[in-house]
Amino acid sequence: MSSYTGRGRSLVAALVGILRSTVVRFGLGACLIGLWQYFAIQAGSIFFPPPSEIAKRAFELWLSGPPSRLFLGEGVFEDILPSLFRLLAGWSLAVGIGITLGALIGRSRRISELLDPSLQFLRAIPGPALVPVFILLLGTESMMRIVLIAFGSVWPVLLNTIEGTRTVDPLQLDTASAFKLPRRARLWRIVLPSAMPKIFAGMRVSLSLAVILMVVSELVASTDGIGYRILNSQIMFLLTDMWCGIVLLAVIGYTLNTLFVKVEDHVLNWHRGARGRLTT
Amino acid sequence: MNESLGTTNARADIMRFVGSSVGGRVASALRVVIGILAFFLILEFITSLGLLPAIYLPRASTVIQRMVELVVDLKFLKHVLATLGAWSVGLAVATLISISVGVLIGTSELAYKMTSPVIEFMRPIPSVALIPLAILLWGQGFPMKVILVAYATAWPILFNTVYGVHDVDPIAVQTARCFGLKQRAIHWRISLPSAAPLIFTGIRISAPIGLIVVISAELLASADSGIGSYILFVSLHGGHMDSVLAGAAIAGLLGVLINSAFGMVDHRLFAWRYFGAPAQ
Repeated sequence: MSSYTGRGRSLVAALVGILRSTVVRFGLGACLIGLWQYFAIQAGSIFFPPPSEIAKRAFELWLSGPPSRLFLGEGVFEDILPSLFRLLAGWSLAVGIGITLGALIGRSRRISELLDPSLQFLRAIPGPALVPVFILLLGTESMMRIVLIAFGSVWPVLLNTIEGTRTVDPLQLDTASAFKLPRRARLWRIVLPSAMPKIFAGMRVSLSLAVILMVVSELVASTDGIGYRILNSQIMFLLTDMWCGIVLLAVIGYTLNTLFVKVEDHVLNWHRGARGRLTT
Repeated sequence: MNESLGTTNARADIMRFVGSSVGGRVASALRVVIGILAFFLILEFITSLGLLPAIYLPRASTVIQRMVELVVDLKFLKHVLATLGAWSVGLAVATLISISVGVLIGTSELAYKMTSPVIEFMRPIPSVALIPLAILLWGQGFPMKVILVAYATAWPILFNTVYGVHDVDPIAVQTARCFGLKQRAIHWRISLPSAAPLIFTGIRISAPIGLIVVISAELLASADSGIGSYILFVSLHGGHMDSVLAGAAIAGLLGVLINSAFGMVDHRLFAWRYFGAPAQ
């Protein structure tokens, strides 16, 4: 009997615990959305539509298609997919180039010192300032946007890879040369793995830069994409559509970052374990 | 220490600086000069090959000549001042708000847990996506730029403040409490000073982001003044690519200057952090 009440009590305690953590986790967000809803309806300003209307419109735009297309609306094919394609293409290009060049440059301390000022300068040039140049050289097709994203987001990966490959533990390198490990094996099995945490940190920064540049590239001379949707709705004064685009970007940014952290945890798991074993 | 917070880089910088001899420093400076010269010569060589017509891709020396002309041009300097003005006010506003909010969030575990989902959702919204909305609400001038810069630069400062305040040595706080210090005094005399280096790192990360955002906003919103609006103007009226590139390069140089200025202030103000702190 007492065990029953005990189990019941622990069940209640568990439920209360779940409820509490849910309130803590989503309470503030729910409150803010509620307040926004209330004040938006009270004020009736066209600039700030209530969240319910934004959600309704987003559903119409992106989730109201025929069943043959998995209920995905026209908007998914016009806005989301082209944007995501360019974003991922540009970012992959940046990561590929950044890691390759970075590993090459980082192997020599002298070369990295020679190149450092130029790289710092190139990194500091705001990507959007080069949009006119890119348009003139590459036109207004997807290619220009991909190159712009890649150019703007390559620097964190490149600089972090240089830093990471330069600061490899000398003991490990000496051990490798004592064991006469070939150069290629040294690069793949010692230098790159030990630079991995830095490279991943750079990749994460460059992913958020890539999202920014994706939007920038779509605000200029574009015909599709999320940035185009936001700008076009502003011009046509469809403010609910514009808010849909902004919220969608937040969702995409949040999702990409969460996915990235998951992958990073998975890939770098061994690293933390190895470091932990070394220090303890 | 978390690598993405940018503290390890700074420590490596100053260790290199302190550790090197005078001769080593001269050699490093020489390498910087040689590197910049080589960079320029390579650019000049590529652009003088004539792969593309000079209207599309002017020679590097032409761009530099144009840069020199611009730097002494009063009209252009007004644009630079407009950009720097919006940048500094926006950064200052973001710093004030982020530090006050960050201290509140960082000292309370509950507030930390409650706010983090909201922050994680709002942070990835690229500030450039808000440009169309900001134009509608605040026009194309100074207020719009300041608000966008403040939005973009607030996040890194907020994060670093929260982390810094969260990680204050509990023994220091308890000691202060034993000596009868009130919560407010603990904020001012323990939490903030010990979080100060991390907070400053946040400002240092934010500064170049802010510059990029101002220039993008000026360019995309066709603002009335600023480096971005200059670049837009010259690219639309006659497509003077040498002026566009010169403007972009000056923006890049400003970024480098701001970076190194903040780096120097960091080393001067918080030198104790690099020497006094234990290695980990």
